[in-house]
Amino acid sequence: MNVLVYLLPMALGLGLIGLFAFLWSLRSGQYEDLDGAALRILSDEDIAPDQSSRWDRPGRDRQKK
Amino acid sequence: MTETLDFSSYTRPRSDGGAELELAVDGVTCGACISRIETAVKRLPGVTDARLNFTNRRLNVAWANGKARPDDVLAALQQLGYRGHPFRAFKAEESEAAQARWLLRCLSVAGFAAMNVMLLSVSVWSGNVTDITPETRDLFHWASALIALPAAAYAGQPFFQSALRAIRARQLNMDVPISLGVLLALGMSVVETANHASHAYFDSAIMLLFFLLCGRYLDHALRRKTRAVAGNLAALKGDVAHRFEGNEITSIPADLVTAGDRLLVRPGERVPADGVIVNGTSEIDESLVTGETARRKVAAGATVYAGSMNFSGALTLKVLAAEGRTLIDEVDRLLEKAIAAKSRYTRLADRVARLYAPVVHVTAALTAIGWLIAGASLHDAVVTAIAVLIITCPCAIALAIPAVQVVASGTLFRGGTILNAADALERVADVDVVVFDKTGTLTLPEPREANVMEIEPDLLETAARLGLSSRHPLAAAVAHQARIRTPFDNVTEEPGRGMRTVIDGREARLGSAAFCGVGEAQAAPVDEATSVIAFSHGERKAVFRIRQALRPDAVEVVQALAAKGLDIRILSGDRASAVAPVAEALGVASWQAGLKPAEKIAAIEALKAAGKKVLMVGDGINDAPALAAADVSISPISAADVTQAQADAMFIGERLQPVLDTIVVARRARSLMKQNLALAAIYNAIAVPIAIAGLVTPLIAAAAMSGSSILVTVNALRARRRLETVEPMSEIMFRPLCC
Repeated sequence: MNVLVYLLPMALGLGLIGLFAFLWSLRSGQYEDLDGAALRILSDEDIAPDQSSRWDRPGRDRQKK
Repeated sequence: MTETLDFSSYTRPRSDGGAELELAVDGVTCGACISRIETAVKRLPGVTDARLNFTNRRLNVAWANGKARPDDVLAALQQLGYRGHPFRAFKAEESEAAQARWLLRCLSVAGFAAMNVMLLSVSVWSGNVTDITPETRDLFHWASALIALPAAAYAGQPFFQSALRAIRARQLNMDVPISLGVLLALGMSVVETANHASHAYFDSAIMLLFFLLCGRYLDHALRRKTRAVAGNLAALKGDVAHRFEGNEITSIPADLVTAGDRLLVRPGERVPADGVIVNGTSEIDESLVTGETARRKVAAGATVYAGSMNFSGALTLKVLAAEGRTLIDEVDRLLEKAIAAKSRYTRLADRVARLYAPVVHVTAALTAIGWLIAGASLHDAVVTAIAVLIITCPCAIALAIPAVQVVASGTLFRGGTILNAADALERVADVDVVVFDKTGTLTLPEPREANVMEIEPDLLETAARLGLSSRHPLAAAVAHQARIRTPFDNVTEEPGRGMRTVIDGREARLGSAAFCGVGEAQAAPVDEATSVIAFSHGERKAVFRIRQALRPDAVEVVQALAAKGLDIRILSGDRASAVAPVAEALGVASWQAGLKPAEKIAAIEALKAAGKKVLMVGDGINDAPALAAADVSISPISAADVTQAQADAMFIGERLQPVLDTIVVARRARSLMKQNLALAAIYNAIAVPIAIAGLVTPLIAAAAMSGSSILVTVNALRARRRLETVEPMSEIMFRPLCC
């Protein structure tokens, strides 16, 4: 049963990490616009043209928007 | 004469020295709108950041160093085809946002604790039937206590506070038995752990809090969402007053107008405050004030009321002080009386709580006494009594009603109905008479084009897009047909005549018949209720007839309501000659016309005296007292502010369908609430005897509690079931195209 000496604190610690991660995400406003976040991920306008061209490999059709 | 916009009361200073402004934006429909709006607004001079919140359709714009220029943003939005208006968050909304974050924090703490305590509890349960040593069990129980006690102290606050409030007011609500159950469960578990007992109820107490917080948070989140939409709609009404300041005109929010201000009211604008006309002549439409559809001719010296629509000429107005507003004063006086006379409705949940709490507590006491008489030790008797309290702790009952409430109001919200009063659903379910106002309620709030079908589609579209550039009511009626909502460039408006621009190399004009070169004979009005506006594009010409129209689905909705056995009546302030055709078209036999606000109340009081439950649907200022007098009330979103404040629910859009939906959903919700209460009662009927017999273990308590909670929640989801829709063909035709 000596294993409990570190298993219990570990389980609690992992839970606490999860709790603090959630509280941090709440404080930083990540739950303010849930619908918007789902749509923003689809927009690629934040990628600069020269950056996006790196992904355009020659010989492969890139789907047009 | 120059005009400036003064939205300084809307802007907020930022900590970095800049300023920020929140705008409600209309027309945001898809993800592409986000980047279109943000890119355009960020390009404006001085703007440092722009972020559109898609959930509540609000745009937050930040400027560096206080150079806030809201008019730029409004112009940019209009250029893209969106309508925006500065938004001032109400105190109530801000404190609700804080409340929601607090509930979510409590929920996360309870969730963390529930998971970890359950981890330990399951180990103990499986250990109890195998080979756990008493020392290990004690260690696990103490570890559970270490997690559960602080977590419950934090996450239980919403319940403890509410229970304390109720007890101080010498009342009982559901939070009293909940708090008592949680505290006793925790207290007993600590004592039992200290005595090396094999059972502790830390998991039950924490899980109960977690489930109940889930329900409470969802309820709160939905209410906030509907409140945000209502706030946007109020902002987008754009109640702006144009005030003379010396030789300049400043546009200010209408609620900042004070007595003695001189205001300019242009054609197509609503009068922002009660006042006397100083200069100018016009025709005004007072349908929102009195229900009268015929326009009144006004000149200098006449009194006009807030909410009237100025139709033809620009007016200069001197704002009147609060007294001397004969009509509004009467409405205010009647309103006060009606609100004072209103009997308070006791909600189903409170009625259940008043019955439930004493029964449970008496049962627990009797259990303890019974076991003592039967010869059990004091310790065993108290432990059994507390087990009864834990197992009856009203998890299922406390979820039974809110769960249905959340699902039902969510269904209504998607259908375009916003509930203002929390108990509105329960009161709507009891209704047996529906009283409609005519103007603006059964009919559309604005006049509409009556001869769409006679005009070639491409000509109609061009005319409609040209109409977007004017605020004149007739042009607005034509503009309503536009599928593309972006106005043409370079439109010139000639006051009193019309608008012109050049489209495809030919001149297009929208305005009076003479202005567009249409013959008098062609443009002769059909009757006094119809107005005419003409359009020409090169050689092609068209004449639009504009008149008051029924809501597109009014006939079907009224018939469907009657088919549900509801008694339908019309009480209108308009003339009998205007009400009769509407009543006939809708097949409503009992209608009254020409009613004053006091007579509307009298009619409703008579119905209530006859034992009927009355739902009043109305929008005018003259309807406000009647709405307050009725058992429950609904108004369209276009209603006057005084009226909206009285309504228990509001509906958005042109269709009357939401009224039918509200009744259908409310009735369904009430039967689901009763089913859920019955399910909870059955659960208690099974669980309580087991608890009284002293056979409850923490495992049984956990299984019973989560089982019953899940059962009532799943049953509540049935309130989501699709609503039958009545034809909205016209809706599909008129819907503007998405970007």
